[in-house]
Amino acid sequence: MSKGQMGMIQCGFLVVALILATAFPARAALGGDASTIQADQIHMQGTRRIIPADSYTVHEIQAATGTLREYISSQGIVFAVAWHGPWLPDMRQIMGSYFEQYSQAAESHHTARLGRRPVMVEQPGLVIQSGGHLRSFAGKAYIPDMLPTGLRAEDIQ
Amino acid sequence: MKHARRFLVFAACSALCCSLGCGGGSSSSSNSSSSGTSGTPSNQTIASSGPNVAAITVNSGPPGNGGYANGAFASATVCSPGTSTCQTIDGLLVDTGSVGLRIVSSVLTIALPQQKSASGSPVVECLQFLDSYSWGPVQTADIEIASEKASLVPIHVLSDTDFTVPASCSSAGPSADTVATLGANGILGVGLFAQDCGPFCVQSSTNTTPPENAYYECPSSTGCQAIFETLPLQVQNPVALFATDNNGIILELPPVSGAELSVSGSLVFGIGTQSNNGLAGATVYTAGSLTSSSPGNFTTSFNGQTFSDNSFIDSGSNGYFFPDSSLTVCSDSSGFYCPSSTQNLSATNQGATAGSGTVDFSVANADSLFSSASDSAFGDLGGPAPNYFDWGLPFFYGRNVFTAIEGTSAPGGTAPYWAY
Repeated sequence: MSKGQMGMIQCGFLVVALILATAFPARAALGGDASTIQADQIHMQGTRRIIPADSYTVHEIQAATGTLREYISSQGIVFAVAWHGPWLPDMRQIMGSYFEQYSQAAESHHTARLGRRPVMVEQPGLVIQSGGHLRSFAGKAYIPDMLPTGLRAEDIQ
Repeated sequence: MKHARRFLVFAACSALCCSLGCGGGSSSSSNSSSSGTSGTPSNQTIASSGPNVAAITVNSGPPGNGGYANGAFASATVCSPGTSTCQTIDGLLVDTGSVGLRIVSSVLTIALPQQKSASGSPVVECLQFLDSYSWGPVQTADIEIASEKASLVPIHVLSDTDFTVPASCSSAGPSADTVATLGANGILGVGLFAQDCGPFCVQSSTNTTPPENAYYECPSSTGCQAIFETLPLQVQNPVALFATDNNGIILELPPVSGAELSVSGSLVFGIGTQSNNGLAGATVYTAGSLTSSSPGNFTTSFNGQTFSDNSFIDSGSNGYFFPDSSLTVCSDSSGFYCPSSTQNLSATNQGATAGSGTVDFSVANADSLFSSASDSAFGDLGGPAPNYFDWGLPFFYGRNVFTAIEGTSAPGGTAPYWAY
C-alpha cells in the first residue's frame, strides 16, 4: 500500500468518499490506464482474454452484451477501443475522459435531414467510427497519435 | 372514419397506379433475374392494391422534421386494445433495419395502456441508435396497416418526461424523440426479427444481468432500473403478429435517377401468401440467425474487401454506406461521398448460408444531389462506413426487396432472409 493510500484511510470516511467520487470517471476506458479495464470487465460482467502483440496488448472482454476490445500501449494506456454486439455499449463507460468529445461529435452528427447513417468522426485527437443496426452494432474509437507502429487503424476491430 | 381512411388508401393507390402506368388490379412482383447474378434489376412490378398493400412515399416526411433525405414513409392505425378508439398516424419511417412500432408521444393523441413489470411498475425502453437515443414507455396497442391487423402489440412511445433518462441510455448521444429530432412521426420497424431485443434481453444461465440500455422498470420518476424482458413483452414486429401475411414484407419502390421531389411505392405484407407477393424470380439471400454471431447480416465483397457476416440491407439507412478510400468525403454534407463525377460500382452479396449475386450501383456527388432543398429521393447517395456494407434505401429503388422474418415459414429459403 502506498503512502498516499495510507494517508487517505487516516483522513477518514469523507476523504474516501471524495476519492471514490473522483475515481468514477477513471473507471472508463479510452485514455485511461490498464487498471480501468478491470472496471470495464466488472461493469460488463464478462470474461477477459489477453492477446499480446509486439508493441501493444489487446484485452478482450466477452459478455452477453457483446465483445469489447481494449488496446493497451507499452506505456499502459488504453489508446483504442472496439466493440460489437446486439446493442451499443455504454459509451460513457468506454469513452472515458473522451466522453465529452464523443458527445459533442454525436450531437453535431445527428441531423434529421441527413438521416440515419454511420458515425464517422475524424478529429485531431480522436477518431470515432460507429455503425450497424439493431441486434448487430460495431464500432471503434482511437487516439490517432498513440497508434503504435505496425498497427493500422483498420486493424482495430 | 373508416370509410374516409379507406377512401384515402384507395385514392393513394389510384394515384400510385397512375404514376406507374400499371393499369390497375393487383399483380405479383417479379424480377427477371433468376440466377441472382444480374447486377441491374428490370421488369419490376409494383403491387398497386390489395388488402395486404400499404402505400408508401419517399418525401420530405411529416411537417416539422426539417425535411428528410431518402426516407420511405407509411401510415398505421393504432387503437386502444379492444376498442374503436383509434388514430391513424402517417409519417412513419419504414425501417427494415429495426423492429417495432415507435411513435413520438406528441403525435399520439389517444391513450394506450402502459405495460407494467412483474412488480407492477411502468416499463420504459431505451433504444440507442448510432448517434442518438430514444427513451419512453412501452404501451400496448391494436395495430392496423392496410387491412392487416394485429392485437395487443407492445409498442414504444418516444419521449416521456415522467421518468428521468438513465445515464447509460443517454450516453449514446442526443435524444431523438420529437418529430424534429427523429425526422419522422415514428418508426415502423419491419425487419428480420420478431422482437426488437430478442434473447439479449431475456434472462438465462448465460445472461444473468439485464442489459443496461434496453428495458427498465420505473417505480419512481428517478428510480428506473434495468430489467429483463421476456420475448412476448418486448416491442414487437407488428407484421409477425398479423393474423395473415405475417412471414415478412416486400418493399417496392420505382427507380430514382439523380434527385427527385418524391416517389411512391408499396409496402406489401406476406411472402408467397397471396397472388401479389410471390418470390417470382427473386434470389434468396439468407441472413445470420438470431443465434449466430452476426444476427441479420450477410457478406458483401467490394473492391477487394470482403465484409464477412458484417453487411446488411436496411431501408432505414438513407444511402449506400461502405468504406472506399478512393472516394472523396463531402465537405458540406457530413457523412456522404462527393466524387467529382458519378462513380459506377459493383459488389457481390453472399447470403449467410445461401444466395449469391452481384449488384451494380452508382454513387453521385451528395452535395450536388442535395443542392435543391425540396428534393427528398436520391438514387445514388452514398457515404463512408466502418468495416461493413450497408445497402440503404437507394438499393430499394427500382427493385422489389423481400424481408422474411425469423422463425416463420417463407418460400425459397430459411428465414431470416432477404430476397431481390
